Amino acid sequence: MVQEEACSLPLPPGPLMTKSESVLSPVRLSVRSPADEEGVHDSFQQLIAEHRDNGAASSALELQQLQSDLDEENRDNMPLSGPEHEHRRRQGASDLECDGGEREMDPIQGEGWSSDTLKILSSMPSRTIGRNRGAIISQYCNKTLKLRRRRQTRPSIRDFSPSSRPSIRSYGMEGDTTDAEVSKRERLVNNLQNLPVSDRVRMLRGMPLSVAEKKEIRHVARSHRFFCVLFMFASWYSWLSFLHSLQPWQTLLKRVSGRFGTGVLSYFLFLKTLVFFNVFLFLVTGAFLVLPQAVHPPYRDTTSFSGLELLTGAGSFSHTVMYYGYYANYTLPRRSRDEGGGQNASTLTSDSQQFSYNMPLAYFFTIGMAFFITCIILVYSMSKTFGRSFRINKSNSILTMKTFSCWDFKVIKKKSVQIMSENIGTQLKELLAELTQKHTKSTFCKRFCRLMVHGVAWTICIASTTGCMAGVYYFSEFIHKVRLDGLSSPVCHKAKLLSLPTVVSVINLLLPALFNLVGWMETYESPSVFAYVAIGRNLMLKMSMLGVLCFHWLGRVCWEDFVGQELYRFLLMDFIFTLLDTLFGELLWRLFSEKVLKRKRKPVFDIARNVLDLIYGQTLAWLGVLFSPVLPVVQILKLFLVFYIKMSSVMLNCQAPRKPYRASQMTTIFITLLCIPSLLGASVCVTYTMWSITPSTSCGPFRTLDTMFKAGKHWMEILEKDNPSLSVLSKAHTYFVENPFFLFVGAGIFLIVIYFHSQVVDGQRKIISLLQDQIQNEGEDKKFLINRLQSVHKQKQDAGKRLKSQVNKPQSTKHRNFKPVWIKLEY
Amino acid sequence: FCGLLLTTAKYNLKLKTSTWELRRVNFRKSRSQNISAHKRFTELLEKHEKEQIDARVPIGRIITLPELKSNPFKERICQVFSTSEQKDGSLTFEDFLDLLSAFSDSATLEIKSHYAFRIFDFDDDGTLDCADLEKLVNCLTGETNDAKLSSTEMKQLISNILEESDIDKDGTVNLSEFQHVISRSPDFVSSFKIVL
Repeated sequence: MVQEEACSLPLPPGPLMTKSESVLSPVRLSVRSPADEEGVHDSFQQLIAEHRDNGAASSALELQQLQSDLDEENRDNMPLSGPEHEHRRRQGASDLECDGGEREMDPIQGEGWSSDTLKILSSMPSRTIGRNRGAIISQYCNKTLKLRRRRQTRPSIRDFSPSSRPSIRSYGMEGDTTDAEVSKRERLVNNLQNLPVSDRVRMLRGMPLSVAEKKEIRHVARSHRFFCVLFMFASWYSWLSFLHSLQPWQTLLKRVSGRFGTGVLSYFLFLKTLVFFNVFLFLVTGAFLVLPQAVHPPYRDTTSFSGLELLTGAGSFSHTVMYYGYYANYTLPRRSRDEGGGQNASTLTSDSQQFSYNMPLAYFFTIGMAFFITCIILVYSMSKTFGRSFRINKSNSILTMKTFSCWDFKVIKKKSVQIMSENIGTQLKELLAELTQKHTKSTFCKRFCRLMVHGVAWTICIASTTGCMAGVYYFSEFIHKVRLDGLSSPVCHKAKLLSLPTVVSVINLLLPALFNLVGWMETYESPSVFAYVAIGRNLMLKMSMLGVLCFHWLGRVCWEDFVGQELYRFLLMDFIFTLLDTLFGELLWRLFSEKVLKRKRKPVFDIARNVLDLIYGQTLAWLGVLFSPVLPVVQILKLFLVFYIKMSSVMLNCQAPRKPYRASQMTTIFITLLCIPSLLGASVCVTYTMWSITPSTSCGPFRTLDTMFKAGKHWMEILEKDNPSLSVLSKAHTYFVENPFFLFVGAGIFLIVIYFHSQVVDGQRKIISLLQDQIQNEGEDKKFLINRLQSVHKQKQDAGKRLKSQVNKPQSTKHRNFKPVWIKLEY
Repeated sequence: FCGLLLTTAKYNLKLKTSTWELRRVNFRKSRSQNISAHKRFTELLEKHEKEQIDARVPIGRIITLPELKSNPFKERICQVFSTSEQKDGSLTFEDFLDLLSAFSDSATLEIKSHYAFRIFDFDDDGTLDCADLEKLVNCLTGETNDAKLSSTEMKQLISNILEESDIDKDGTVNLSEFQHVISRSPDFVSSFKIVL
């Protein structure tokens, strides 16, 4: 098997000739393709050598073939390998089709080419590089060699014999193989053995060979030195695969993707991501805040539990670990059962301080760290998806990319496959129509009209948003005043509490529908621009709502508790409205359109709007973590329920979106939206609260301090008193973190680095266009050489004909048509 | 029953070694998913074939799998991954695992684009020429008449594709040009997936 790739032995023509004759019939399965190992070489030299070797034998064959009857002179229709035969047949059939498009390109499949020319053409490395094992192995041999060159350091001169040439001394690898005829496969194995383990593993993984071959290569390449390292790798991967198998909802997600494709699946995957973020948040706050405080309750509460607490979040819930006001502002001692303890941190004795838990500090640092780590994870995933979906050379090969990558292999239901095929057909037709019509330039009047319409639409949107903002603000003031005034029955009181969240949720539901209506009357250049504009308007609405509410909430007595409760109510209302929207928007609309409007198509699942709703809910949760550490649990429960409700609704009521959905670009946008307005906004609010706002004096862990941040400073001062060497840290903090000059310098360096990277990207773009020109020139070279080969063959043919005619003249004068001479290359 | 136990034990042993090897080489997902692949494969075997170690399932039975049944490329997929001498598209269990690993999450873009190229190369000649592209587009748009492209549209589409992706201007798209196009399209990796 090792010899096959090197393949330098010309096989005798005799037996193969008979074999190929028996396989003459153009049955596709018996046709030889470049994937056949025997039929392909990986170097042109071998081809020429074989032709030379077989020259004598083949001319004998020519004389034999002279007697057989052929129809046309120019056709070499006695193929030995299938591709040429197929070429010929297709040539005749599809000539008309391809001619039109390829005339200016001067295609390389000319007419009347000999079989050997076509054979050479089909054996060229560019056509076999991905096909047979030999070519793949030789390609990876080169790759591993390059990798070794990069990884290996220069060997010292001492290791070389003095007679070796200076140019060889700088390449350490050539010293390895003294035997010049070692085969490519052994060289590949040798290269793999000398690579570090991680590179070897990566190379093996990327090779498009079958499993059996990879097993053999790996088996040979493995050296016992690294056995234990490999074992560690194996156990690490088995741990990863165990984690992967723990993934929830696998079968459900598979069903969704089987019916609807990647677009709808991305919504559910986004939901899953949010669940993981909330689980992380809950673990952190639960372990560091809720658990210690729950074990040491500061006081007992006597209000009883009535069912209404689940809706309002107030009542008996407000004196539990759920809210900020419950948390102690002193250091929790280890075994303390007294409930009336209201001691401040400074009065605790030293021995109880050793086992104690400083609650204010813990609160401050836990929330800060949780946000910081979430920020890092989000920015990292954002940069990864950004890199995947936005490339350097964003050229306009949309049609090609669509043709090659639009088929979604995950869709398995027959009906869905039919719908997908129809969609693809429609999209291709639309794209083609767009491309042909690109040249019409719109008149000035038309453009002006379009701009006017856009202006009107945007004015309507901004005006409605501002109006709603003002309305919400005044309504909340009104509600607050009513609450402080006379109180009617408790139920009415609770209803007043829920009124503001209801109003905000109604606005969040109705206004996007208005924006959609407004968007219909506008015309956009492409549907993706329309999608982005719709997302932008929706986002503007939601962020302004949240901004107004944040502004309204500051300045109450024990306002943190109140804010926490409000956020809980908002989350709950959001969930209830999602339920209602699913019910009315999807179920009832489908029934309505089927029965009343008699339409065959079900309503479309609006992915963008649903994802924005999820982002809005997550922003609420992040805003509320500071004031209610148990809020992530509520969010997790809500997400679980939303998952199952949306899943069943989608399966029953909806169909896949008709417009082309570019899943990875939209995922990038959603993760970016989760990071930039959502997490960043929440972090800014929380940071502002911690930094500058005075905590309320009657409740919570920071009640004696000026700002929450002072808890950290306080702790630093205590540490400094105990260990004077740590004063370096506090000096560093004063000079670096609080000094604006350092921040300016840091930002300046960042900008310079970004500028350099953008210059590098520009340079790479130029290089790409240069390389494309070079490849085009190489293509011209190739065509030239093939044409020359063909003309040489023709000359030989004519010379042979003339020779034969001189030989045959005395014998037979009947034959006017002289049989063409074939040159067969037998393998 | 004992016979069944024995064969399952034999298969388990072989499976253990082969999945251990496979995980090191291909890094497919978990062992449990390899076992589920094996379960699905043995469902396709006849009773007498279950005794053999290297049983081959003919193409007719492979394309009855629900994941492949409605796929217009199912025959090409079987042909590409088949290692049989007669080139009849039959698959052994190792070929089947090859197939699943090429379509899995952990396969690199290079492997996926390599196999996608081979699947789209209907005449197996190492390049995508006009006829291949035409067959590809007809598979994509399906068999119903209204979604199919007319001949002028088809010609225009193929000439556009060749203009955009044929860098050396030889009238065909070879593997490197195909991979160049695919590397710029971010949706390819997520759509070239089959989940068992």
